Amino acid sequence: MEATPARARVYVACVALCALACLLPLLATATPTSWWAVALLAALYAAGEQIAARRRFVGTFYPVLLAGAFLLSPPAAALVAVPGALIAPVGGRPRLLRRVWRASQLVVAVWAAARVHGALGGRDTVVASDFPYALAPAGAAVLTFCLVLTALDGGILKLSERVPGRRAWRGLFLRSLAPIAVHGLAGLMMAVLWRSPYGSVAALLVLLPMCVSWWVFAQYHRERAAHQATIRALVQAVDIKDGYTRGHSERVGQASMMIARELGLADERVEVLRFAGILHDVGKLGVPTRLLRKNGPLTPEERQVIELHPEYGHEMVRGISFLGEARAAVLHHHERLDGTGYPYGLMGGQIPESARVVAVADAFDAMTSTRSYSRARPVSVALRELEKCAGSQFDPRMVTALARAVDRYGWHPAVTADEACTAPARPPAAGVPGAHR
Amino acid sequence: MSAAPCTTGTPPLLLTVVHTSAALLAAGSLLGTLWHGLDERGIALAFGVLVTVGELTRWTGAEGREAAPLGAAAALSYALLGEDGGHPTHHGVLQVGAVVLAASLLGSVPHIARGRPVLDHLARRVLTVGFAAVCFQPLYNQGTFQGWGPGYALLLLAVLVLTALCDALLAAALAHSRTRWPFGPLLRDELRATLGIGSAVCATGAVMALAVAVVGLWALPLFSLPLLLTQMSLRRYAAVRTTYRQTIASLARATEIAGYTPAGHARRVAALSREVGRDLGLSEAELTVLEYAALMHDIGQLSLVDPVPAGATAELPVEEQRRIALLGGAVVRQTGVPPQVAMVVERLADPCPEQPVAARIVRAVNAYEEKARDAGPGGPLKALEELRLGTAGDYAPEVVGSLARVLSRDCLTWPVAG
Repeated sequence: MEATPARARVYVACVALCALACLLPLLATATPTSWWAVALLAALYAAGEQIAARRRFVGTFYPVLLAGAFLLSPPAAALVAVPGALIAPVGGRPRLLRRVWRASQLVVAVWAAARVHGALGGRDTVVASDFPYALAPAGAAVLTFCLVLTALDGGILKLSERVPGRRAWRGLFLRSLAPIAVHGLAGLMMAVLWRSPYGSVAALLVLLPMCVSWWVFAQYHRERAAHQATIRALVQAVDIKDGYTRGHSERVGQASMMIARELGLADERVEVLRFAGILHDVGKLGVPTRLLRKNGPLTPEERQVIELHPEYGHEMVRGISFLGEARAAVLHHHERLDGTGYPYGLMGGQIPESARVVAVADAFDAMTSTRSYSRARPVSVALRELEKCAGSQFDPRMVTALARAVDRYGWHPAVTADEACTAPARPPAAGVPGAHR
Repeated sequence: MSAAPCTTGTPPLLLTVVHTSAALLAAGSLLGTLWHGLDERGIALAFGVLVTVGELTRWTGAEGREAAPLGAAAALSYALLGEDGGHPTHHGVLQVGAVVLAASLLGSVPHIARGRPVLDHLARRVLTVGFAAVCFQPLYNQGTFQGWGPGYALLLLAVLVLTALCDALLAAALAHSRTRWPFGPLLRDELRATLGIGSAVCATGAVMALAVAVVGLWALPLFSLPLLLTQMSLRRYAAVRTTYRQTIASLARATEIAGYTPAGHARRVAALSREVGRDLGLSEAELTVLEYAALMHDIGQLSLVDPVPAGATAELPVEEQRRIALLGGAVVRQTGVPPQVAMVVERLADPCPEQPVAARIVRAVNAYEEKARDAGPGGPLKALEELRLGTAGDYAPEVVGSLARVLSRDCLTWPVAG
């Protein structure tokens, strides 16, 4: 963002001029009685933005702005946004430009919302607390606020980052409408209580539940990110120990997901199958590294030890309840349809569906990626090989589904950023004969 | 995870007192309301429906905190309801108790059917709502608060703060008499929870009462929306916390499966460390860090080429212990758990005056577990004695003392993981 395009600068300047024009009537016609309300709301908004930025909350203090729009004249309501937007910290440079942009954008949006609300006679319904009729002007005002905000945002995205305009704008609008509607409800309640005999104290109480809601939401996102990082770390530990090409687990997860989608499974099951693919070899953490990386053929005893890894893996993941049927997939992904697989030698329909999916995905990735003991084969050759083994080793249904999915979307295994930049020097490793063929 | 106290005789006095008073209040309100009949049926019905919905969407959180914010807020606002759209209401304390009790019972039916405990929750709800109603309704019905304006809002807030304190006290007392954990830290955790979700519940209760006074019953559906969203994200937060905990516990099993440590070692150390931490008065957040650190304290051994015999790290030379601890810290840092956990794991082998409390606890408990494991019937006592003697350098005296207390409370058996 160092070099902001000149067009974007001009755009920001235009919007700032509009904002100044919105604020101008204040000089002429400000009623002295509303000054303290403006000051109180502005202070509240500024404090809220500061706290939100420091605690990394998602969302901003729109309820205060919208309450202002429902209570005050358009220029006064617009003024409420100015101090908070100018003071609050911004991410990235150029700082001044970004601050000016945020302030002018909010001023214009709040002014438009207050204007629409006033034109529909909203201020009288708020004073008379005339429900449900107060909802209509408030709804219109919230819609206007959201429209103006996202339209201005779409403009700056188009000019500075060359995002295609209409699609970007529609996405922005749909994503922000629901949260802003909830904020609008809170703002309406604030406005109604402000005008009631109980005064501004009661109005301030409305903000407390909103704050807690944001806090919980932020906590949820933090915890979820941490959880996913933990699972990734687990998987990477296996990949490093095993000495396969990195990312095998992630790719098997992706192939499992493609098969599941093609089979028309419900979204939750697709997600669970992705996890099944990612975690299928987690039991290799329990197999001595020496064995996994052994150069040359394995003795029968050594092979027996390695063939314990599905059971080790199941032992590890069986306590993680959200994995559901993925746990069965971890245990049974080396079973074969003809009953010659391991650990239990299950046959045909005895093998859980999830395991049959992961078995195909695992073999497919093993064939199409370069291993120290074999070169990568083209996708079409791998699919033909799978079809040859369908019925004896693999479930034909899964093989057909994979072939169809690859045919339709191609096979572009996503290489995540950290894997791409720290490409490891692969240690010489003899793979696990029999594990993938 | 909680230790099962071995003396399960008669229920403690405190528990009986709380349950009896709740039952008396409930019976009194029901009888009184049956005798007088319901005032303002529409309002009673609306609030009753809201409380029922709140209870239906309740879930039993992992930490037993307020899990039905909507139900609690609706019940409290009914207790503090003075006017409806500008017209004064006439329901008294007894009607508040009866409506809230009936609605809560109705909302609890699915929970009872699934065999979840609801008795404590109901007792708490009835007593706190009763408290709020007793503070507010008689004075209101005498007309004391007429024309107070903004003071009226502040009054509601004051009553709710008192109610929240009373609720925290009640919750801590119930938890104390159920688990025998020390009362002080339990109360502190409850008060901390009150600051978070509790304050939202109180504020929503007050705002709902005020909003209904201004705009009538329309305020109820409008206002429950934000709270319902909070409830949903709280629920998802609890779910993700649970899965996270399970994932960490599974990660900890990697060392057992790889044959570095005996089966169940990490889980036992974690459970016992949590007990000791609770006995020493750590907060809930500190207990979580302690538990994660205890679960992963051996994970550094995954980086070793040869397993330590029987995973007994406490017998190794200090230098070696420190090396394993640093390796473990490095592994833990990669797993994305809070950085405090990695710090605790890294400093497990430091001299104990320099260690954080959590590291002292994990170190002492780990040593106790390793010493007592295969030592037969007299093992636990002997192991504790060895720790006491080693106290000067390696193990913090207050931690060993607390460990002895916890173990004697649990009759020197392994804590049962809950």
